[in-house]
Parts: sequence; C-alpha cells; structure tokens
Amino acid sequence: MNDIWAGIEAAFRLIITLDSDLVEITLRSLQVSLSALVIASLIALPFGTWLAIRRFRYRRLTIATLNALMGLPPVVVGLIVYLLLSRSGPFGVLGLLFTPTAMIIAQVIIITPLIASITHQAMRELWAEYHDLLISLNTSKSQRILTLIRDGRRTLLTAALAGFGRAIGEVGAIMIVGGNIDHATRVLTTAIALETGKGDFALALGLGFVLIALALLVNFAIHALSRTEREGRW
Amino acid sequence: MTRFLGAILMLIGVQVHAETMRMAVTTSFHNSGLSDVLLPAIEADTGLEVQLLVVGTGQAIRLGEAGDVDAILVHSKSAEEAFVKGGYGTHRREIMYNDFVLIGPSTDAAKVQEATDAATALRLIHDTQSPFVSRGDDSGTHKKELSLWALTSLDPAQFGDWYNAVGAGMGASLNTAAGLNAYIMADRASWLNFGNKQDLRLLFAGDPVLFNQYAYIPVNPERHAHVNAQATAQLEDWLTSPAASALINGYTIAGEALFTFNATP
Repeated sequence: MNDIWAGIEAAFRLIITLDSDLVEITLRSLQVSLSALVIASLIALPFGTWLAIRRFRYRRLTIATLNALMGLPPVVVGLIVYLLLSRSGPFGVLGLLFTPTAMIIAQVIIITPLIASITHQAMRELWAEYHDLLISLNTSKSQRILTLIRDGRRTLLTAALAGFGRAIGEVGAIMIVGGNIDHATRVLTTAIALETGKGDFALALGLGFVLIALALLVNFAIHALSRTEREGRW
Repeated sequence: MTRFLGAILMLIGVQVHAETMRMAVTTSFHNSGLSDVLLPAIEADTGLEVQLLVVGTGQAIRLGEAGDVDAILVHSKSAEEAFVKGGYGTHRREIMYNDFVLIGPSTDAAKVQEATDAATALRLIHDTQSPFVSRGDDSGTHKKELSLWALTSLDPAQFGDWYNAVGAGMGASLNTAAGLNAYIMADRASWLNFGNKQDLRLLFAGDPVLFNQYAYIPVNPERHAHVNAQATAQLEDWLTSPAASALINGYTIAGEALFTFNATP
C-alpha cells in the first residue's frame, strides 16, 4: 500500500508544480495518440460503414480478418514498422525512425482494425433499419455511407474512444519505433516503463495516475464538444 | 467536430531540431544516472544534442549495423571488435570502466560472501540451487555472466528451475530478483542507483574478471552516408576530454564513485 500512496503523492506533486518534463511528455502523448486517432478514424469509419452496406464475395473473410486484427500484438506491429522504417529497410531514406511520426504510423496500424470493427458492428444494425428507406430514395453509395455515419455518430464516438484508449495506453510498439528518447519521443507510457526499470515505483505510478486522468479528461472533453448525453438528445 | 479537429491540428505542430545525433547506449549506462549528468554538459560545451536510445548491447549493435544511430556506447569487447571488423564502425575508443558485482538475499544461503573469486561464487549458487536471475537478453551484462559460467565449466542451458533467464533490461531484472529474493549479477552503477532493493545486498565484488569496460564506436559513414560524422567526432573529442574525465570520476551515489575514466587522449 505504501508504494500506492507514494504514487498518489508523486502524481499530485508533479501536477501541482506543473513539472516541465511532465507537461512535455503529456503533450507528446496527446499529440501522437490524437493524430493516430484522427488518421485511423478517417480510414476506419467509412471503411467499417462501407463493409456494413456492401455485399461482395469475400465479405465474411474480410470481417473475420478485421475482427482478428483487433487483437494485433503491438510488439509485432512495432517490430514490423521498425524493419520498414529502419535505414536498412525499404523506407529508410525517409529518416522517420525514432520520430513521433513513426509512433503515429504504428498506432494507426494498431487501432484502425479496432475502430473499423466496432463501426461495422454498429452500422450493420443501423443499416437494417435504414435499408428500405435509403434504397427507396434511390441514394448513391456514398450518400448512404454519409447518412449512416451521421445518424450513427454516437456509436462511432464510442468506437473512436475505444481506439484512443488503446493508443494512449500502448507501450510495446512505440518503445521500438520511437526509442523512448528524452525530449524527442518519450511519452507517458514509455516513461512509466523507464521509471519502473529504475525501481522508482512512486514516480512510475505517479505518471500512471496522470495517464489515467488524461484519458478521463479526453473522454469528457470529447463528450462535451459533441454534446452527447444532453436533455432530449443522446 | 471542426473545433475538435482544430484542437488536434494545433497539437501536431512542427518539430524544431538543433544539431542532433543519436547514440544507442546500454541500459546500465543510463540506469546509473550518469547520462543525466553528461548530456546537459555535452550540450552546454559543444551545442550538440545527443539523443539516447537505451537498449541492451545486443540491440545497440543491431541499431548500429542498420545505420539507425550515429554511434554506440556499449560494454562487450568481443561484440564490439566484431562490429568494427565487419566495417559497421570506424574504430573503438575506450572511455571508462566500472565493475560487475554479485547481488543476493541478505541471508546469503549460498555463502557467496565467503567465496574467493567470482567463479567459486557462481559455483556455490549452482551447488545450493539458490534462485538466480539472469538477464538472458544478449546484453553486455548477460554475455559477461555467460563467460563467468564458462569459467566454472557449468552449462546454464542444463540448469533447473532455480535459474531464471528473464530476457529484460538491468532494472527490470533487478526488480525480478528483488521479487524472487534471488541472486543476480549487475553492474555496480545500476545497483547503486536502483530504488527497489528490498532484501537484496551486495555480496561479492573485486575479482579482476568482473572488470567492465565501456567503449564508444562511431558508425561508419562509408556504409551509411546519412551518419552525422562531424557530430560523432565532436562527441568523441568531448568524451575523451578532461571535462568528461572530471564529470565521470566525480559522479557518486551515496559517496561511492561509480565509473572510472580511462580514455587515452
């Protein structure tokens, strides 16, 4: 228990004094994970919806693959992205390894299947309701996708937040492709791993509490901005 | 939604870089806390921002071979010599040394404290089947441990449940040893700077075979044209300078010096 109290104390001390390193790594965590979230959402939301309304030959296989990819091991993604971006790899000339961009790429790969899969599940039910209406109005495919995304935005928000949750708490992939470089690619999760390695559990736990608080804050902010759970509309 | 997107775009921003170089270093070098002393001094004296990748010696050498870093600072002489011989590094420059120590539970069931040399100490642990934690990650420390087992002519591959190869960095392995109350070999600097000692004590040190030399190797720019050769030369000059000597020899934890500077100018 003592370690947990020391962790809570450390978290308060870090936040109240606005520790400059803490602010820096927290902002970087947000920058990386929110960028990854936006990119992944731009791919996954239309793709998941398209998958719900379109019938094609390998649809079942595609959906099963997508669901399996939700459990993609981050360490393996990290290793593959590392090998691709390494100076000796095919994209080495871009010099992207050990930069926040590389971390964003890895996180996009990890969370896109998750968001697409949840989107597909939600949209399938909505499509069953809207099917006759949209067909009888003679809408084009892209109009149908847009309508479903618009009317299903509450569930899509949940999908996006699930993706964000996985991204912000992820450590295996970004440790490999980011390298946990101080003042360049260190984020909250890799800093926690580092402090644990030094045996400084209080600081590690303090950072952990900051991470949890951050995830809560982002969730509240997104709900507030998109005005969910208000009177008369949810 | 547009407000939300706007907020994100502001966060993405643009990265600004001074003169930077990347160096892969061993976990022991970083966990000792020495890097936190040296890096600000390097930046103040030379204007060079050194970005550290803290990995095991095995991975550091892989990063150097792939050209993903500009230089490496590691401690495994044979692996370093193979690295230079393979044309991946230009040359090997010795910087400083410390020593390895044997850590174990304060009760010392294997009586390691009474051993006269490191090989005997390990044999005692083996004979009493006392729990032992091995790095098991192909790092410099792991290679050293294996070379000590070779001196006892025992084969770790044949060992039973008491021998735990954890495949982790120095700090994580020490955490495991503390949890298991097991014996472990660590470098002195990481041990002194380790915060979760619990019932573990330093039990054995001082055998000359436990000597631990750190060396600096710039990655060969002929093999990887993007390597910042000017920066690696500048850093080498600094690491072998009197300023580095004073900082390295003067770095202490609880009154104990951790590293000894031994670069030849």
